[in-house]
Amino acid sequence: MTSEKILLIDRNKCIRCFGCVAVCPVQALEYSKEGPKWIENRCTRCKICSNFCPVKAIRWA
Amino acid sequence: MIKIDKEVDVIIVGCGPAGSWCAKRLAEYGVNVIVLDRNEEIGTPVRCGEGFSKTIEERLNLKLPSFCIAQKIDGAFIYAPNGKFVEVKGFGYVLERKMFDKWLAIEASNAGAKILAKSYVYDLIKEKGKIAGIKANIVGEDMEIKGKIIVGADGVESMIAKKAGINTTCSPFLVDSGFEYELANIKLRDEKKLEIFLGNEVAPRGYVWIFPKGKNRANVGVGIVGSNEKGARYYLDKFIASREELRKGSIIEVKGGAIPVGGFLRDMVKENVLLVGDAAHQVNPIHGGGIGEAMTASEIAAKVIKKALDKNDSKVLKEYNTLWYKSRGNTLKKIEKLREIVEKLSDDQLNKLAEALEGEDIYDITHGNYLKLVKTLLKLGFKLAGF
Repeated sequence: MTSEKILLIDRNKCIRCFGCVAVCPVQALEYSKEGPKWIENRCTRCKICSNFCPVKAIRWA
Repeated sequence: MIKIDKEVDVIIVGCGPAGSWCAKRLAEYGVNVIVLDRNEEIGTPVRCGEGFSKTIEERLNLKLPSFCIAQKIDGAFIYAPNGKFVEVKGFGYVLERKMFDKWLAIEASNAGAKILAKSYVYDLIKEKGKIAGIKANIVGEDMEIKGKIIVGADGVESMIAKKAGINTTCSPFLVDSGFEYELANIKLRDEKKLEIFLGNEVAPRGYVWIFPKGKNRANVGVGIVGSNEKGARYYLDKFIASREELRKGSIIEVKGGAIPVGGFLRDMVKENVLLVGDAAHQVNPIHGGGIGEAMTASEIAAKVIKKALDKNDSKVLKEYNTLWYKSRGNTLKKIEKLREIVEKLSDDQLNKLAEALEGEDIYDITHGNYLKLVKTLLKLGFKLAGF
């Protein structure tokens, strides 16, 4: 059984620029007051968001 | 409980420069307009280098109050990778966006627009297959507001675009990842000059900027291609560490954002929804400035919206596309072509280019005149694909 990677956001690093929401091709990241929110069942793990993030707050585990 | 009109002519989502300016014009035309901004305070957080050209002031007949201005600017130094620089003359300002955005919102309010901060729009209302309004949490309470026309002025990650079905997702190659510190207690070469640093090691497909906000204070930031894995912060921290005059500075603000650098939309209108500003990627692809583009587009949008309301026909909104392309879009597309050329240059080629160009040539290039650049590149013996 393969397990897919989980997207983790380091809220201390995140500057809430929401650029990740802008670049996600499948709307798997959404705005919320606390910062971007991951919608797991839409995610294709393309990694565009983690590449984009200016502060590397997004990582995969 | 806040008492507001539950039915208006126009709902504008986002109260940055695009939203405010559109609202001001519409209110001046007698339109019943409401503006909703998700932040507790209009103008914050700042996702901007805060540069602003005097040509915008002139184009829009703006009278910028001094409290919006952090620093008056009369030119720029542009540095090639080898440190050689070209001086460009040009007038403008580095703004205090928090004050500027608030000022615009106040102007729009005084003209008759209703603005609500801490009001997050999370969905569109659909009735009989048509978009009839928005659902929002308005200063803590869930409410529905009906509107004839909806304006998405809600930034590069536009929720309104997504909900309306206008695809505005930025390809990672058509967006720059931006990160910036506002630094205090630093030494500046000349507080009246912007400084721009180019180089593939300094800022891949972008630049480092120093935008002074006073004698010893500046926005120091970087924009890099959105697909770069290292991240903007890596490049900025490296740059600052290498400069003694910046290293000891205090960080008084940390800012960042996604900067569209092209990828203009052929159709910025869907039914009765219209996009303006960063939501419509209306940003200069070479220097990343968007405040002026947002406000210019808002002028056009407001006129078209008024016409559509008068004729009670949302199909009129499509004229916004034609008018915007004629006014700005065609020029910005030329500038995008320029970006595509310049971003492929190696550091060595950038160095040679800096030797061959003069200040006014660079000014022309950022305004879409690429004849001189192409001539110079060909003269220098560069091979240019697509020309």
